[in-house]
Amino acid sequence: MSTFLAIHRPALQLGLFALVLAMWTAALSPANTQGFTPGKYGIGTPAEAALIAALDVDVRADGVGLPAGSGNYEAGGTLFSQLCVNCHGDNLLGGRERGGALIGGRGTLTSEYPRRTVESYWPYATTLFDYIRRAMPYSSPGVLEADQVYSLIAFILGEAKIIEKSVIIGADNLAAVEMPNRDGFNADWQPEMFR
Amino acid sequence: MTKKSKPQVSDLSATPVLPVSGRQPKSLAQTADQDPTRRRLLLGAAAAAGAAAVAAAPKQAQAIAPPGAVEYPVPVDPTQVPGRPPGLNGGYGTRSQFETEVREWSGSGTSSRTPLASSEGTITPSALHFERHHNGIPEIDPEEHSLLVHGMVKRPLTFTMADLKRLPSTSRVAFIECGGNSAGEYHAARGKEIHNMHGLVSSSEWTGVALSTVLREAGLESGAAWLLAEGRDAAMLSRSIPLEKALDDAVLAYAQNGEALRPEQGYPLRLLLPGWEGITNVKWLHRLDVSDAPFQTREETSHYTDLNIVTGEAKQFTFVMAAKSLILFPHPEAKLEGPGFFEITGLAWSGRGKIKRVEVTTDGGKNWHLAELQEPVLSKSQTRFRFPWVWDGEPTMLQSRATDETGYVQPSIRQLKEVRGDAERGNVNYHNNAIQTWRVNRGGTIENVHFSGNS
Repeated sequence: MSTFLAIHRPALQLGLFALVLAMWTAALSPANTQGFTPGKYGIGTPAEAALIAALDVDVRADGVGLPAGSGNYEAGGTLFSQLCVNCHGDNLLGGRERGGALIGGRGTLTSEYPRRTVESYWPYATTLFDYIRRAMPYSSPGVLEADQVYSLIAFILGEAKIIEKSVIIGADNLAAVEMPNRDGFNADWQPEMFR
Repeated sequence: MTKKSKPQVSDLSATPVLPVSGRQPKSLAQTADQDPTRRRLLLGAAAAAGAAAVAAAPKQAQAIAPPGAVEYPVPVDPTQVPGRPPGLNGGYGTRSQFETEVREWSGSGTSSRTPLASSEGTITPSALHFERHHNGIPEIDPEEHSLLVHGMVKRPLTFTMADLKRLPSTSRVAFIECGGNSAGEYHAARGKEIHNMHGLVSSSEWTGVALSTVLREAGLESGAAWLLAEGRDAAMLSRSIPLEKALDDAVLAYAQNGEALRPEQGYPLRLLLPGWEGITNVKWLHRLDVSDAPFQTREETSHYTDLNIVTGEAKQFTFVMAAKSLILFPHPEAKLEGPGFFEITGLAWSGRGKIKRVEVTTDGGKNWHLAELQEPVLSKSQTRFRFPWVWDGEPTMLQSRATDETGYVQPSIRQLKEVRGDAERGNVNYHNNAIQTWRVNRGGTIENVHFSGNS
């Protein structure tokens, strides 16, 4: 290409050279060079730690991502009666609206009417924090503080008789809660093969 | 991106006045008597058309134009009056006012279903693509939207929509099927309409950036094995995706069927995982967190896991939608008018690759015949099949059976239940890809039944 340009269009070649130089300079501007090596295309802006911290709300099963804080059964019960009862019912067995049952159902997974609840089915307690914080209450998600989420979890797990009602739930012990159906899941299954 | 100013739509009352039959826009009807020109035209048309027009009255427009349509005057003879000029619809095309197919939405407000019975070819119109939302459809300004890639990457990056569109693009056709499609049909044959039974599947051409391109820009750290894909809807829906799939054929899609994604399909950005259950194709995508382990989100533990009630064990991360086919004609809302020729037609698809063959039986499984497959047959896409059939007027059973390029053969409902067990509710009914049976009754009515023949 450069040969073609050298022979036929020296002026164009000069212009292109200037353009490429300008793009190269832009790619190497200070904003893009601090701790940043561009990938193949050099497109995308380095993400600041503060931005990542603001958006990174996920919580893993091992507890990574849990924010500092704690909560208790009583505070959780108060919040539940204010925010959750319409959908999940007074007794956490599900309401008239969309909310499903949160407790009960132990021993039903091999029955004709398996009931899948936090108590009977959920393998990890950390999922409660991740899900409640991001998606609940359904009509106004994202309003709960960390302590409020921990309190709701203490209430639900207490009602489910998974933990004692006196247990304070927080970042330090949520991942260690032993859920009744912890070993009920198989991620290493063989695909069904019908022939 | 500068927004174009809204095109000026010419005033309806200023458009040429057409002789009409049936309903007409109110503004025209109200002014007709005061407008001598219009009256003359009407009289002239009536005289010219004569008795023939009266004898063959045209189909009348609906009282209210169907969704997606605009109501226009319907002339007695469209060859005798100039048609409308382009632009009356504001410059974005609308369908005929005589076409009424719509998605039927659920009472719970969380889903709507593709009207499969009337589908043609292999592509679902974007406006009829099924929906499943976990807390509604967010309205997102693309100028305010970006994708954050972080976690186990060398360079955490944010990409604006403009950034993503600068990267090399790719297009492909792919079906998306909800993991819960056909769930209501697992325990017993219940459905009366095909969209209520199986309407959570649709096909589109998707355009975007290969996810592998974006992950290479960020650079993966050693040990990275999964990523969390998160949406910017009120559910902040999130699923853990193995990097193996992310680097294989995953696409960050910003377009569908030649235009921007529909809001219901994730505008301005969705994850496309060809062949994988619908919920993993995260809509309104705004964050990818690369990790060494899955995150165990609600939608991959509490839901979208396959409980086997025989063992009590639930399979997790059952991503692939296995081979499935469905006869779309005849179907329970159609009636065969009498003995004679009918074209049996339907769709087949597999999350593992291409459809290799579709077999059709018209005698309850005694004989199977190869159906014709419409070219091109594309991987992880819906394939149209057709089979000519002469009905003798006797009761019988119709079925189709798909085989994909891996040799997987679509199972009967009995085969599925032998492996998974049976339950009226619970997780057991995700991923129901069983053969569908239509019973043809004497008189030509069609019924949804479970029938596994001798298989």
